[in-house]
Amino acid sequence: MSAPLLEVSDVVRTYAGGVFSRRKTIAVDGVSLRLEAGRPEIFTIVGESGSGKTTLARMILGMVPTSAGTIRFQGTDLATIRGRRARLAFMKQVQPIFQNPFEAFNPMKRVDRYLFVTARRMAGLSADAEIAEATDRALKSVGLSLAEISGRFPHELSGGQLQRVAIARALISKPALLVADEPVSMIDASLRASIVNLLRDLRDRLGVAIIYITHDLATAYYISDRILIMRQGSAVESGDARSVLDNPQHPYSQLLKRSVLSPDVPAVAGARLRPEPEVS
Amino acid sequence: MSEPVLAVSGLRAYYRTSAFGVEREVRAVDDIDLTIEANEIYGLAGESSSGKTTLIKTIANAIQPPLQVFAGSVVFNFHGQRVDIHAAAPRELSAIRWKHLSYIMQGSMNVLNPVRRVRHSFVDFAFRHIGQPMPAFLATVRSHLQRLHLAPDVLEAFPHQLSGGMRQRVTIALATVCRPEFIIADEPTTALDVVVQKGVLAMIHEIQRELGSSILFVTHDMSVHANLADRLGIMYAGRLVEEGRTADVFRAPRHPYTAHLIASLPRLGDSAPKQGLEGAPPNLAQPPPGCRFHPRCPRATEICRRETPPMAWLADGHRAACFHPAAEPAT
Amino acid sequence: MGRTILHLLRHNRQFATGVALLAMVAGFSCLSFFSPYPPNDSFVVPPDVPPSWDFPMGTTSRGQDLFWLLSFAIRNTLLFGLVVAVLSRILALLIGLVAGYSGGLVDRALMSLNDTFIVIPLFPILVLFYFVMREHMSWGLLALMMACLGWAYDARLIRSVAMSLRTREFTETGIFSGMSTRQILVEEHLPYVLPIVFSTTMNNINWSIGLEVTLSVLGFTDINTPTIGVLIYWANQHTALVAGIWWWIFFPVLLVVMTFIGLFLLAVSMNEYIDPRSRLGRSGG
Repeated sequence: MSAPLLEVSDVVRTYAGGVFSRRKTIAVDGVSLRLEAGRPEIFTIVGESGSGKTTLARMILGMVPTSAGTIRFQGTDLATIRGRRARLAFMKQVQPIFQNPFEAFNPMKRVDRYLFVTARRMAGLSADAEIAEATDRALKSVGLSLAEISGRFPHELSGGQLQRVAIARALISKPALLVADEPVSMIDASLRASIVNLLRDLRDRLGVAIIYITHDLATAYYISDRILIMRQGSAVESGDARSVLDNPQHPYSQLLKRSVLSPDVPAVAGARLRPEPEVS
Repeated sequence: MSEPVLAVSGLRAYYRTSAFGVEREVRAVDDIDLTIEANEIYGLAGESSSGKTTLIKTIANAIQPPLQVFAGSVVFNFHGQRVDIHAAAPRELSAIRWKHLSYIMQGSMNVLNPVRRVRHSFVDFAFRHIGQPMPAFLATVRSHLQRLHLAPDVLEAFPHQLSGGMRQRVTIALATVCRPEFIIADEPTTALDVVVQKGVLAMIHEIQRELGSSILFVTHDMSVHANLADRLGIMYAGRLVEEGRTADVFRAPRHPYTAHLIASLPRLGDSAPKQGLEGAPPNLAQPPPGCRFHPRCPRATEICRRETPPMAWLADGHRAACFHPAAEPAT
Repeated sequence: MGRTILHLLRHNRQFATGVALLAMVAGFSCLSFFSPYPPNDSFVVPPDVPPSWDFPMGTTSRGQDLFWLLSFAIRNTLLFGLVVAVLSRILALLIGLVAGYSGGLVDRALMSLNDTFIVIPLFPILVLFYFVMREHMSWGLLALMMACLGWAYDARLIRSVAMSLRTREFTETGIFSGMSTRQILVEEHLPYVLPIVFSTTMNNINWSIGLEVTLSVLGFTDINTPTIGVLIYWANQHTALVAGIWWWIFFPVLLVVMTFIGLFLLAVSMNEYIDPRSRLGRSGG
């Protein structure tokens, strides 16, 4: 049996309170999840602010060390990845997509530059023609092309286009796993559907596994295979996405579902706006 | 038929910048007409660079260069008192602000003074309008807070001691303590968690019903409009493209942009594939000629490329600016 | 680039004035290449002649034509200021960027070093340096010494910018694109840091010229190479003001004041232009 693609075991992340405080903040408190190799899926982590979902994503990306527990990617413990070569090899396989595409690119530099650098450093290409070709191919797989993007600065593109460029960049090294942290929350509603569809497409066509982090249950329902709901650092409920969201068991999950406003106009205005009792 | 609380007509407001040899004119608000009646929640929807933020700045007369009003008028009617917001003297504006016209901002920390207790913000904003001596004023504020299900001892807290949702509720209490006729709410729940958001929206709904104020509620979140707004206006690229009762706009959108927008919204429990909209909103410094939506519109024809479609009444209380509006669905 | 400079010249009066002043001073210093007299020769013209048609700035008590002498002096002073500024910028950038980006122990170590250099009293150290070096004292050595003392304030400024840049997402995009630390610092962060470097360069030039004039007037430098300070030193040695040879002091001071004001105006007017936020606003972001 081959090693799982990603295995997160009882991972904990604490932050010390500072010089004068003894209090520790526990951002992530014993979360586990497992993605199998050879069976790409979209695994969604849902939570509100303070749930620890972003911290968990950063630990999976290797940007933040764990305080306890282990994360294994393709059998290798992330804590043992030291040195530039090992880190590069890891980053080739695991790539991020950030929330704000306008922050993810340096506003003073052209966007194609990042694609070229990724092709050079991550895909190991050296000839200009090869680099241009790899870049163009990655851009085409997200519905753009090098001709459209060439020489542009971030502010010359829309949020949707820029996020696609970010996804294309992440795809150049042919990673096995994409970690997308709220990739559509800053994109306009009319452009959101195409990015979300694109993620589904990447799973089906390119066989990339995706960890999709969001607070939006509606898009989660739309594309997830499995789902994990987090609250204040702990995992509250997990399982097959449709089952969990159609029929949540945990009181917090039920509260989340009830709080989501659907884009349907109720018969009596404001009928659905009744305040909820707190859930402990 | 009473006069509307707010009447905007022919409003044009542009940003004109000229720096280091580069001239730009961004037509953020381009020929907008709308009216808001008393005791209604008017939702204004639009995505980034639709001009909705500039519109509310212009309506509130919070205009600073390089933003300038080039044409049109914004006239309020507060129970018989007519005010042209751009022609009013500073003294008159100061008397109106907060007493008849108040705001709820997106970030509560944009309103509450972070180094003073919450009580001071109430004093700063509302004391001179309510006209009572301080002990009576504070009692008024406390009973107002209680009516909104907020503990009165929140007045003694510093803003950072309250949670984000709590702060936003305090901001709403602050905006409504003088019982204004008109409230502008600019994305008040966008930065809040889903659970908290519902509570805050419930609070806004309740206070509106009680005070009978009109609220101009601006957000890009269509689900919020569906559940809160009585009437809905859709802005695209600096123009108002559709307006009507919320139920009508959602059930039978006439403008292709609205139709596409509503169809692309994901719903919990619905996994049918959704279609995204091609292209991107236009650059307001160089908008396309004619109808600004025509480069992305599936129904665009020659006239759409040449002429700007006027706002036309298509049904009772429902208008759209399109040469090829969708037909009324058969009932 | 050219268009923006022209626009600045036309619309920004501070910038235009600064450029005009500096152009005059720089132009004057270039005249030194056409001087008929070598700078150190004395008694080549009648001494103590007040400004006149033959001698536009008069002559000194040592029989030197002040006009040509001053052109050498200002050239040396300007060069000195520039060399110190360039060397100390390099130091400040290196230390600031590395400290800001690395964080942790490296940052603490470098900042301890930095703070030590900030509190060192410059003037006594330089005087001590003169007394130790004496015969081996040269302008190059002095420039090097001042560069080593003049980087500390600005390194801290650069460090704070570097620290804030490290947490921005495009740095992480760069990391995940496989960029090396050096590449990130130079290609991603430097454009944000350059505005600070530029405006502090102006200040630094003013500072180093000021310090040089102070040291020279007191005689703590090589007094055989003409600079503005050395000129004033000799004027004092010959009690020029008492003897009524006011032009020997007046013209050097006038020139150095013009330089200061010109550099200051340039720094102040360029600041708004170079600021990345205003740059983005201009380019249509």
